[in-house]
Amino acid sequence: MTGSFIIPPAAVLILGGLLLPFLRGHARSAVLLIVPLIALFLVWQVPDGVALKAPFLGYELALVKGDALSRLFATVFTIMAFAGGLYALNQSRTTELAAAFVYAGSAVGVTFAGDLVTVFIFWEFMAVASALVIFSAGEGARGAGLRYAAIHFFGGVLLMAGIAGEAATTGSIAFDKMALDSVPRALILAGFLINAGAWPLSAWLPDAYPETSYSGMVFLSAFTTKTAVYVLLRGFPGTELLIYVGLFMVFYGIVYAILENDIRRILAYSIVNQVGFMVTGIGIGTPLALNGAASHAFAHIIYKALLLMSAGSVCYMTGKRKCTDVGGLFRTMPLTCVCGIIGALSISAFPLTSGFISKSMISEAAGNAHLQWVWYLLAAASAGVFLHAGIKFPWFVFFQKDSGLRPADPPWNMRAAMILFSVLCLGIGIAPGLLYAILPYPVEFVPYTPSHVVFQLQLLLFSGLAFFLMLGWLKRTLTITLDIDWLWRGLGVWLTRWADAWAGIGWGALAGAARGATAVLLGAVEHAHGSKGLMARTWSTGAMAFWMTLIFAAYLVLSYL
Amino acid sequence: MNGNDNHRDNHWLTRPATVRKLWIGFIAILALTVLADFGVEHHPLFGLDGTFGFGAWFGFLSCVVLIVAAKALGVFLKRPDDYYDR
Repeated sequence: MTGSFIIPPAAVLILGGLLLPFLRGHARSAVLLIVPLIALFLVWQVPDGVALKAPFLGYELALVKGDALSRLFATVFTIMAFAGGLYALNQSRTTELAAAFVYAGSAVGVTFAGDLVTVFIFWEFMAVASALVIFSAGEGARGAGLRYAAIHFFGGVLLMAGIAGEAATTGSIAFDKMALDSVPRALILAGFLINAGAWPLSAWLPDAYPETSYSGMVFLSAFTTKTAVYVLLRGFPGTELLIYVGLFMVFYGIVYAILENDIRRILAYSIVNQVGFMVTGIGIGTPLALNGAASHAFAHIIYKALLLMSAGSVCYMTGKRKCTDVGGLFRTMPLTCVCGIIGALSISAFPLTSGFISKSMISEAAGNAHLQWVWYLLAAASAGVFLHAGIKFPWFVFFQKDSGLRPADPPWNMRAAMILFSVLCLGIGIAPGLLYAILPYPVEFVPYTPSHVVFQLQLLLFSGLAFFLMLGWLKRTLTITLDIDWLWRGLGVWLTRWADAWAGIGWGALAGAARGATAVLLGAVEHAHGSKGLMARTWSTGAMAFWMTLIFAAYLVLSYL
Repeated sequence: MNGNDNHRDNHWLTRPATVRKLWIGFIAILALTVLADFGVEHHPLFGLDGTFGFGAWFGFLSCVVLIVAAKALGVFLKRPDDYYDR
């Protein structure tokens, strides 16, 4: 603990977000651009170790705790908030940007959280704020937003249960490396993995993200999955299970993206794919692999946001969201096209782009750890990335066929954000030393060897050949691909309708029986008490006198007994 | 979608002659990357990765397998895109 006064970077972003709804015009633009830069500055003022503490329910919370890994993620999160703010300057939805900044701030909060309770608090802030980003897109996003919120609150419950169990069994809420040796820790891991988009609960990501506005998905793509990568890096490095979880995510993402038609849903599946590479690296767990996972997360946030800015610009200018509706846009959107291609090359790990210098660390680590099958599968997956995102996205959006659409490039702020991130993608790829210097472990890795470069070029260019030779097989159709969420979106709805129909039939039968029984009862009452019933008959005076005499006689007799 | 013929221009990049030249250039580059294996010393970690032009044939085959696998899965899992809206 240092004596100096620390302003939590997270608080600045969150307060900035809460201020946004009250601002208009230039003041709003100024907050959007300046607040993330202040936060970025503050990130680098956080010293190593606990810098801010608070007592809570008998525990000491470490609200701000710094180290190289925290600062690395917080740095890219604040850069992302800045570029996202710039890109979204002309976004008129008040809720979206306010929620996005609270969301970004909470993500920064997680990276500086020194204990599990603080992690949980910011984790839930993120869930609420990100759900608001989705809901702010309007009526069409409501269903997806509800499904998103349900899954994330479920993940939050798992995490809370795990943390409570961890505190009860170990007496500590410290957030350090954990061995996967108890039920509470398994629950914590499950909570983390839900946010990472790990199978089987991964469908929330491609379901909800593409329903957001043109700028909403740019924010969403960065924070939730990458804070999950961060907490996995800190909590579960070297957990072997993560290798298999990660490899599954890698191939799941590729296969679903190949089948997809919605432009931004292709990129959503590709987020799962890329996070899979990081999770695999975390599972391998050597310093090289962990550096690879951390640097890949850093590079990924930038190139994925760039791809989504390019895709978002197409949505913004054309109002279209499907591959089958666009094509040939390179003619009138040259800048959006070039920036999209730079993002696509980066995600494919093309030499001289950011993806190359980060992803190759993970493969190299797999090789060094003698994980033969992991290495082969990662190489195959790298080829698959070029296939499903690297060529597929630019080809179907900007080339393919002439759709007849002639949209211009988007407004200046959106162009500026794309140029900024294109420069970062290329800059990190050309001068990797800048990124390597802020990684959690010392780097001895040399990305640019002739052998690496030739191998990667062969792998990618021949993937390109496969793409163009098999173009007929890749033709886009007006389809979606079923996922696990079919259980509640398809089967669940069907079961509900079925139950509803049967309940209707049952209700009808019950109501019919009740009606019948009532009719019988009413008939009996009518018979006795109706206007012609036994009890309603008019009696003759003689009969009346007779019965009265009888009653009095009975009374007389009884009174003597 | 293809009905907007009056919008259609003849951009140089889409002319058949250009496309043919692009293919020739692409194939030349492909050949060069494979030929580079003669001049580059690889350090194979396992066995298969030391074969000639490993990146080339492995990348190509991986993509073919992935596309076929996706296609096969699509037979079972693809639905019209208004499936959930009905």
